[in-house]
Amino acid sequence: MAGASACGGAGCGPHCSSSSSGAGAEGDAPAERMGRLSIAAGASTTTCGKCDGGGAVVAVSGGAGMCGECFRAYLFGKFKLAVTSNAMVRPTDAVLLAFSGGPASRVALQFIHEMQSKAIQSWETSNSQALPAFGVGVAFVDESALLARPEHESEMATEDIKSIVSSLSPGHKKVHVAPLEDVFSSGSEDKAATLKEVVGMINDETGRDDFIRCLLMLSLQKIALENGYTKIMLGTCASGIARHVLSATVKGQGYSLPADVQYVDTRWDVPVVLPLHDCLAQELSLLCELDSLKTQQLLDRPCSGINSLVASFVSRLRDENPSREHTILRTAQKLKPFSFNMFSANGYHDFLPSRLRPKFQNVDTNDTTFSEILCLICGSPFSESELQNLENTKHKAQRKIDMYTAHCCQSCHFQILPAATDMYEHFFSLLPKFWTEKVDTAVTASANHGSLRDQIEDYLLEEDDDEN
Amino acid sequence: MGSSVGDGAKLQPSREGGRLCVRCGERKAALKRPKTLEQICRECFYVVFEDEIHQTIANNSLFKAGERVAIGASGGKDSTVLAYVLSELNRRYNYGLDLFLLSVDEGITGYRDDSLETVKRNEIQYGLPLKIVSYKDLYGWTMDDIVKAIGLKTIVHSALDRGAALLKADKIVTGHNADDIAETVLLNILRGDIARLSRCTFITTGEDGPIPRCKPFKYTYEKDIVIYPFYEIYRIYSPNAYRGFAREFIKDLERMRPRAILDIIKSGENFRISTTTRMPEQGTCECCGYISSQTLCKACVLLDGLNRGLPKLGIGRTKVGAGSGDGMQHAKHSERNRSSLQGKHGNLDF
Repeated sequence: MAGASACGGAGCGPHCSSSSSGAGAEGDAPAERMGRLSIAAGASTTTCGKCDGGGAVVAVSGGAGMCGECFRAYLFGKFKLAVTSNAMVRPTDAVLLAFSGGPASRVALQFIHEMQSKAIQSWETSNSQALPAFGVGVAFVDESALLARPEHESEMATEDIKSIVSSLSPGHKKVHVAPLEDVFSSGSEDKAATLKEVVGMINDETGRDDFIRCLLMLSLQKIALENGYTKIMLGTCASGIARHVLSATVKGQGYSLPADVQYVDTRWDVPVVLPLHDCLAQELSLLCELDSLKTQQLLDRPCSGINSLVASFVSRLRDENPSREHTILRTAQKLKPFSFNMFSANGYHDFLPSRLRPKFQNVDTNDTTFSEILCLICGSPFSESELQNLENTKHKAQRKIDMYTAHCCQSCHFQILPAATDMYEHFFSLLPKFWTEKVDTAVTASANHGSLRDQIEDYLLEEDDDEN
Repeated sequence: MGSSVGDGAKLQPSREGGRLCVRCGERKAALKRPKTLEQICRECFYVVFEDEIHQTIANNSLFKAGERVAIGASGGKDSTVLAYVLSELNRRYNYGLDLFLLSVDEGITGYRDDSLETVKRNEIQYGLPLKIVSYKDLYGWTMDDIVKAIGLKTIVHSALDRGAALLKADKIVTGHNADDIAETVLLNILRGDIARLSRCTFITTGEDGPIPRCKPFKYTYEKDIVIYPFYEIYRIYSPNAYRGFAREFIKDLERMRPRAILDIIKSGENFRISTTTRMPEQGTCECCGYISSQTLCKACVLLDGLNRGLPKLGIGRTKVGAGSGDGMQHAKHSERNRSSLQGKHGNLDF
């Protein structure tokens, strides 16, 4: 999945940490921090090159210096373009914004709010009122159980987030705060304990980190499904994607890599969209400072293991060349995406004026039109060798455990499954049922399919029987 | 640098009650193998090291009996070990290859002297004939001459190919190891070079050209290569040159998770790159007939410039005929930009 990790001070993605950014702290001198965070290296002039306002340059992009206003418009422009050209949001959509508290998701929240406000205004002033404004909700997944933070910090963070959201009007946005452990089946058991137990069974540090990210995505899916949201919007930005490109590469996931770096991801029950896909973490941090957009990072969890190594590496590269992240992104864009990386055009909405129909495609959330097999834990599409392994297992498998194991990609197999194979049974029993049930269904379906064919095989005519 | 063992290997002093080798269970474990962290004895290490390379050669059908194979010999540890292992395996498994060492003398005073000495020693030790071709032989200019003319050192990569052709080789083998290939995968991602990215994990390249090149060490860890000759008597190699960001990153990665190097190679092999983006048009140079994506290959452009007294023609991305001011600036700029992303072997093309 498009995981996010520490981005050397800027923060991006739904659950990324940026421990060093301190964007939430009010104490630092703004001018000094702007100097540090601005991308104004090598600006050819000191006043804005885009407008006639003569404002001071705060950031540079493509050699052009921009004043605060223009910079803001430039970022919003990228956001809006991503949303409209990928038909990310339909008028009937209820969009759930994943809010981590960091600068990137803060900007995503701000921008989607502005788009919503405009849509509300248009609707109110339009005669036909044919196009309703889409709804927006905000989700925050609380990882305190794993961070061993005192409860009051968790409450403070939650209150902060609620106040940030409620300050945005018009358009009421419901805030959903869910503890991460809610992904585990309810019951009388202590979910937090289950969470800690299953994470504790993972020996590899990077594996733990990635596993938690997978749980985060599941958590968002759960919130969206239970509350009727039709899209999940992540704040994952270009910097986070660049890091993911490298970390997936070093984990041997070169085949599945394109799945996580596109604008649209419909693998999940609720499709996921990435409108900040082309914005750099530094740019987003800078905007938060310029516009005093409040962030909340008390409950950040720093990334670890290989993810942390990659983050430092990219940081060094960025220092040496600020456009490196974009280059990495461009390389990834040249890899072939999967069929689930776009919405299927399965019809249109009756109420849409015909001129707008081509823009908004229908998404049947329950219709898995793609044929790829996905890893049961991380959702990566299976490569040739993984498919081969699955086929072989299907023929030999006696136990459910073997099927579960064969439905894990090689990376999850190595870094997430417990080292001792006799622990598999217990490990899988603890995993969210959401995941293991999918495999159960798939197994039953193919078993049924198999036996059905067996039953009618004798009655099926060969094609050349017609001749006789 | 002379006799140290790679970071990841730990030599255990043999003592009573020491660990036993996990492979033979008989001899005491002498080291922890960097690639797999297995604790094995010296003899078993030789066996697995050589066996894995033989498997790579066999599984990928790298050679045919009777082929004349040039071993690109730089005097570095990779090519020294390559020369030894290949001649050993050739004997042991009857590959039927006509092996010889091929070394390129760029003609830089004081630079190659040590490594050429090493290669000469290899010739004696391994009984492999050594052929040295100089830049002067190939192009009429030594590196010193080139530097005098344009003030820049430039490596002309087709030197090895030209030398091999001169000596009627059917194939070239080079000592590029797993670390090198992993580094190249990363560098190509960082540079956005999708065409090279699609080719850089191929174990054999240039099959449609005059002389194919292959890399038997594709899956061999650099640290294993460093340890292998440890017990041999002669093992002086030239110190590693510039190590860029990417190589440091790979070292750190390896420490955290040894298999990551192979995982990078696996990713490189599995990238979903459409065949249309794969290769740029492979034509041939109008002047010398070698593979070139332009009408004139870089070597010919460079030599043409030198011969005509036009400095820096063919360096960097300067177009032929560009105005001298901007052209030079551009050339210098692209040189600088490349510096931190230089792989160990300078350029990214093998």
